[in-house]
Amino acid sequence: MSKKDLEIIIATDCGSTTTKAILIEKKGDTYRQTFRGEAPTTVEAPFEDVTKGVLNAITEVEELSGRKILDGERIITPNDGKTGVDIYVSTSSAGGGLQMMVAGAVKAMTGESAQRCALGAGAIVMDVLASNDGRADHEKIERIRQLRPDMMLLSGGTDGGTVTHVVELAQFLKAADPKPRLGASYKLPVIYAGNNKARPQITEILGDRTALIVTENLRPSLERENLMPARHKIHDIFLEHVMQQAPGYPKLMKMVGAPIMPTPAAVGSMTEKFAKANNFNVLAVDIGGATTDVFSVFGEVFNRTVSANLGMSYSISNVMAEAGLANILRWLPFDIEEQDLRNRLKNKMIRPTTIPQTIEDLQIEHAVSREALRLAFDQHKALAVGLKGVQQERSISDAFEQTASGQSLISVMKLDYVIGSGGILAHSPRRTQSMLMMIDAYQPEGVTRMAVDSIFMMPHLGVLAQISEKAALDVFYHDCLVRLGTCLAPKGLGKEGEKIMDWEVTTPDGRKQGGELRFGEMQHIPFDAPKAKLSARPVKGFDMGSGSGNRVEAEIEGGVVGLVLDGRGRPFSLAKDASRRRADLNKWYKAMGMYPV
Amino acid sequence: MAHAYTPGLKVMPCTVLRKKRLLPIPGKVLASVGDEVGSTDVVARTELPGKVFPVNVANRLSVAPGEIKNFMLKKEGDEIKAGEVLAENKPFIKWFKTSVESPVAGTVESVSDVTGQVMLREPPKVLPIQAYVKGRVVEVVPDFGVTVESEGTFIQGIFGIGGETNGEIAVAVSSPDEELVEEDITEHHRGKIVVGGKHAGLGAIKRAVSMGVKAVVVGGIHDRDLRQLLGYDIGVAVTGTEQIGTTLVVTEGFGMIPMAEYTFRLLSSRNGEKASVSGATQIRAGVMRPEIIVPGYPKNVSECKKDQGRGWIEPGDPIRIIREPHFGVIGTVKSLPPELTVIGSESHARVLEVALQGGEVIVVPRANIEVLEK
Repeated sequence: MSKKDLEIIIATDCGSTTTKAILIEKKGDTYRQTFRGEAPTTVEAPFEDVTKGVLNAITEVEELSGRKILDGERIITPNDGKTGVDIYVSTSSAGGGLQMMVAGAVKAMTGESAQRCALGAGAIVMDVLASNDGRADHEKIERIRQLRPDMMLLSGGTDGGTVTHVVELAQFLKAADPKPRLGASYKLPVIYAGNNKARPQITEILGDRTALIVTENLRPSLERENLMPARHKIHDIFLEHVMQQAPGYPKLMKMVGAPIMPTPAAVGSMTEKFAKANNFNVLAVDIGGATTDVFSVFGEVFNRTVSANLGMSYSISNVMAEAGLANILRWLPFDIEEQDLRNRLKNKMIRPTTIPQTIEDLQIEHAVSREALRLAFDQHKALAVGLKGVQQERSISDAFEQTASGQSLISVMKLDYVIGSGGILAHSPRRTQSMLMMIDAYQPEGVTRMAVDSIFMMPHLGVLAQISEKAALDVFYHDCLVRLGTCLAPKGLGKEGEKIMDWEVTTPDGRKQGGELRFGEMQHIPFDAPKAKLSARPVKGFDMGSGSGNRVEAEIEGGVVGLVLDGRGRPFSLAKDASRRRADLNKWYKAMGMYPV
Repeated sequence: MAHAYTPGLKVMPCTVLRKKRLLPIPGKVLASVGDEVGSTDVVARTELPGKVFPVNVANRLSVAPGEIKNFMLKKEGDEIKAGEVLAENKPFIKWFKTSVESPVAGTVESVSDVTGQVMLREPPKVLPIQAYVKGRVVEVVPDFGVTVESEGTFIQGIFGIGGETNGEIAVAVSSPDEELVEEDITEHHRGKIVVGGKHAGLGAIKRAVSMGVKAVVVGGIHDRDLRQLLGYDIGVAVTGTEQIGTTLVVTEGFGMIPMAEYTFRLLSSRNGEKASVSGATQIRAGVMRPEIIVPGYPKNVSECKKDQGRGWIEPGDPIRIIREPHFGVIGTVKSLPPELTVIGSESHARVLEVALQGGEVIVVPRANIEVLEK
């Protein structure tokens, strides 16, 4: 079947609790998402067969759409007008996703490259081992023994360089004799993507104890990272070994028309496609109950991180532990006893499915979410960096401006688009709440467009993009993204109440709207035109992206929220005095129409 | 009749329960199908491979890795004692002699001429698995362990810390809404499972530890006290390996929350009897809650039912609200409106009407209640 023939597509995402199915149909020249269904995931006892949940979710789509898709347990292909679909695709994160351990010779060099490689392939990285990670050798071995990953990625050394460190890591690995998480009977898959000169020794040490796969070095030289060959191997092993051990997956793999992707890998692929199609720098976040995934594309470099214990239910208490209680309290516009807040968050942890019933409780969850988003972003910035260890040529004039190698690639001033997903962002009662939570957490500078993926369709679209990029992007623009609007935030600090910017937006049909922004205030301007031109003139000392005091012309988007003018300054900090801080928060929340008064 | 699915904790006077008792790695199973076992009987045993200690002999002797075999006094597979010389150089002058001693007792596992490392492995450690509950072996999983079946009272808590333990139940308060205070715990409670009411503070738990109490079962604790006890904040609810000197089972939640009347009465009815308790909690997919198991029938029960939880709620069911603003309030289900309703936070949610004791009726999201046993 050629790609042109695709008219009806069914896609599922098998999450750890829910399996979601969506139906995509070609209407004229455009693909649109038309129906969706969901059912509990059936990986665990008593079902232990993921396809049961898939069939249930598809059955719901059948009932809603009136289209017959299933013939018993078989998906009818191709579509013949009223029945069947042209292709079925799926992603999966059920059963805890893909869990990996990575190792590299030097933590900040091959260790980090290996980590980026595994994360980009959609894995959860359980630990990063390195010769210089500060642990005693026997502690490293003990750690390998304790963890039971799905597979391991071993790297180290540049091609032709010293072999000692990577051979030593292989010896530790052999001594620890790690077992895979699933299926006690098979050998742990180990991907070797290190110094090519060490291949014979590595094969000798690990060849009989593990299922060793040798691939190209992921850091062939200090100046170059080559992550794709190892990432492809990770995907192959994910399909061949890991998926085969999960209940019902061999059956699911026979049903699909394209390889199953790990959910985060599919989201990453969709983020990349969107960034490339628009030439944007993009940040996408998925904040769940247990984990928060962050994806970014900056200057065409893709990065992904997962913060395994930052989330809004199972991990809510860990957000408190990592951020500190004071950082959560600072977002609350009312006073609350520390003991009360502690108990409330712990009660959410032990009963993770409860929902806030009052505004006060909702504000507490929103406060926690800002901190979870902020911490996950910090972790992302730390990993999304240029290569470390690269020699830089410096002229004499650079001597006064020493910059280390390995600077973060993420610049909030250059950020064009933020996409949020996950319950707290996608389902907040008011969209202004989602937008302000992201503004507070990321503190974007200059002009930043924002959207939410309201029903978390990015996984389905990411896997679909393998087959038809047009279908994936069509649905992404029309049905997946809920445009919130644009945030305008001049960078700089000033005196309360002084004018910091004049602004004007012009819609394609010539309507104009404008005004001025003062320091310390927030303005919410309802504005839903999909496209408009912005002209912003910050005063001296404030920057909108073209330097201090320079005018900026930019394309912006309206949306369900509109324009948010953030005059709180950058770097933004809240007042130290509690009553002043609460007064500020109340003023801003009121301006944004955040909560009922 | 309208009903809605809801998960709840199990509190059952008598049920048939099965416990899988498995080794983490293959070993020897010591019990057979049909055997009657006590809670502390060992049903399977294995040897965990010893820890590995690398020693960089090449560095210590200042020789090239390829040369170390010439200086080794022990070869792969040899046994070695702690402090025994593993390798030494051969200088012309004795004064310059350097020897490398073994930091541990064990065997030489490998000698590498690439890295100059020698791997030493400590002797294996014996790992026994106890039956944990008194009962009968109904299944043997070859090389891994057994399944023990037992009949008795089964109570799940909401959160716990500390591992498995055994002891006699000792109810130390007179009602479920009484606080368990330091003075309630005496020498008499040594080695027992102490049951309190609505709350136990830091002082009471510390007193229990100092008195050698095996486990404390209580309605609520404050998170602040938990932090003090552990020395850190619990981030995710995966517990069971803490070592605070006792096992703690919280039946209701964080704060001062009276223990459910039904749970308290059931525990009181088994006062003085031997119980198995575990604080291990895992709140993830495949949730695990802490538990109290008392083998045998309660006094007034003659029939032991299998799991009777029906998994949904109907009008008339007693429930407890588990989230603010009515946290801990008990009532009965009045109705289950099917349509989505706007709640105070402005979210649209499935709700239910709850009749409180005074006759007042309130509306609560269905996600925020828990069914109570009658």
